[in-house]
Amino acid sequence: MSRIEQRFAELREQNRAALIPYVTAGDPEPGATVPLMHALVAAGADLIELGVPFSDPMADGPVIQKACERALRFGTGLRDVLGMVAEFRKTDSRTPVVLMGYLNPVERMGYEAFASSARAAGLDGLLTVDLPPEESEDVVGLLESAGIDPIFLVAPTTSEKRIDHVARAARGFVYYVSLKGVTGSQSLDTSALAERLEGLRRHTGLPLGVGFGVRDARTAAQVAAVADAVVVGSAIVRLAEDHDGDADGFARAAAAVVREMRDAMDAARSTGVAASV
Amino acid sequence: MSKIDWAAFPDARGHFGPYGGRFVSETLMGALDELQAVYEQYMGDPDFMAELDHDLKQFVGRPNPLYHAERLSRELGGAQIYLKREDLNHTGAHKVNNTIGQALLAKRLGKTRIIAETGAGQHGVATATVAARLGLECVIYMGEEDTRRQTPNVYRMRLLGAEVVAVKSGTRTLKDALNEAMRDWVTNVDDTFYIIGTVAGPHPYPAMVRDFQAVIGREAREQHLEMTGRLPDALVACVGGGSNAIGLFHPFLADESVEMIGVEAGGEGVETGRHSAPLCAGQPGVLHGNRTYLMEDENGQIIGTHSVSAGLDYPGVGPEHAWLKDIGRVRYVSVTDDQALAGFHRLTRTEGIIPALETSHAVAHVLELAPQMRPDQSIVMNLSGRGDKDLNTVAEREGITL
Repeated sequence: MSRIEQRFAELREQNRAALIPYVTAGDPEPGATVPLMHALVAAGADLIELGVPFSDPMADGPVIQKACERALRFGTGLRDVLGMVAEFRKTDSRTPVVLMGYLNPVERMGYEAFASSARAAGLDGLLTVDLPPEESEDVVGLLESAGIDPIFLVAPTTSEKRIDHVARAARGFVYYVSLKGVTGSQSLDTSALAERLEGLRRHTGLPLGVGFGVRDARTAAQVAAVADAVVVGSAIVRLAEDHDGDADGFARAAAAVVREMRDAMDAARSTGVAASV
Repeated sequence: MSKIDWAAFPDARGHFGPYGGRFVSETLMGALDELQAVYEQYMGDPDFMAELDHDLKQFVGRPNPLYHAERLSRELGGAQIYLKREDLNHTGAHKVNNTIGQALLAKRLGKTRIIAETGAGQHGVATATVAARLGLECVIYMGEEDTRRQTPNVYRMRLLGAEVVAVKSGTRTLKDALNEAMRDWVTNVDDTFYIIGTVAGPHPYPAMVRDFQAVIGREAREQHLEMTGRLPDALVACVGGGSNAIGLFHPFLADESVEMIGVEAGGEGVETGRHSAPLCAGQPGVLHGNRTYLMEDENGQIIGTHSVSAGLDYPGVGPEHAWLKDIGRVRYVSVTDDQALAGFHRLTRTEGIIPALETSHAVAHVLELAPQMRPDQSIVMNLSGRGDKDLNTVAEREGITL
């Protein structure tokens, strides 16, 4: 059983939804990331989504664009990010780590080299936002043989026919993009979400994560009531900007937000709102 | 190479060999499927094609001339030089051939809002023009750096009723404008049609833009045959994203005797690293929805480009060019900013035609190539745009205050 499967199985038993914070690797500086990951886990994160900085983050809103720019000032590249995963693994062998980013850094490193380095580092999943299943055949095979889950997105605009296609290619969990827009947008509609997730469950038995538009503990709790995982990115990354280079201050603030979301999510599940699985 | 069935490219999923494809976030996949379906439907629809032909004739002013640049040919003492006068189109460049076509598709799809990216502003102006004509809302994304060096075009777009958004992220040039347009599209995909200005981006854009621009090569081929009784020996065009070059080259691909040369922006010299010549000095990667040659560092980050011409200042290139390079059908070279400037002046003084700085790169290569050929041979160069928009840039470089 993979670390991701293991984690979702545990959570299901506890009737809890996974909390998946996203941080951009190397933001605000390379040394900050591994301590930050540990702090997020201590605050209640179940999986970590680690953003690979990219010069042209087309699917991201201004908050994560700026995080990429901060990280790239130090030249943080994919190899460095895998180094951070390996460092994190030295003291945490249970929390799954998923990389989220764009295809070109992986393509440049080479799919085979990436798969073997990622396996050695203890990576669990890879989500490349600009790689739809149609173009992913080469890389998916290599990832799977390295024990790394290829994670794919489903969007509000994804047709029924495509959902099947995406569900067939996906491993680990399916990431539902809750709105049309870039990361950090502001208008998540939780009632439409419940209906959409119900529809998705007819196509896949994988856990369903929801991201894009989870802004605060209240939204996180609403999403946790209907989804298997809540991904929160810009609401955390924004704190790095607020703390302007103060890595410790950022880590403390991020942990506080994660703790608040964790509590609200667990409360939403325990007050008897229908569990989703 | 003679066995290649040129009409079979791209394949059904938009691949030119290993290049092209559709590398976008999931939210856009549905819109691209929809676009591909209408594009395939209407390119075979006689009513649509009649409307397109009508607009190209009555609004754009096609066919434009294939002009024999006799004085320049004589001075260079080699091949006869023919200029395909895309600069005489309405709005002053080849860009309008494509925006007319895509706007007609937008209308068929019932979209009410048009967005586009622009570098030099030529595509932005051509888009704002067709949006004004069809009464559609129009937003143009332009790098802040480019809004500064192409002020007249920014004003033209605003006069035409478009909102011009100065993009302040990244390197503040064309690639960042494209990122921002993609972000807009992913947010407003229901009512918005994205008119990409070059033969790049996710399938079907590279094929669709090529098909709209191929009118250049079809006319040039027919005009050259009529004027000389034979095919030209060489075609020359500048390449940024590569739409004017593909437009000229594509109808000649099966004519094996015709040599084709794409001219990239060498900036301060390819050896300095400050250039925009991915085909000459880059390598394959994935950006803006397609796999193609890119300028990138060892971590796969896209690197800043440089060119005196905003329209060529782009780190990628259309995927069909990447493929034509690999199979050897088209040769790609680069010329520097200084060479392009020399070409700009030479054509202006010798033929009375002020070319765009993008086009001046093609002129610079023609100045080198023509003397190596015989006077009974000929070159067709795509005069892709006129230079009015560049007068400030040229004057500034030469220490003149207008």
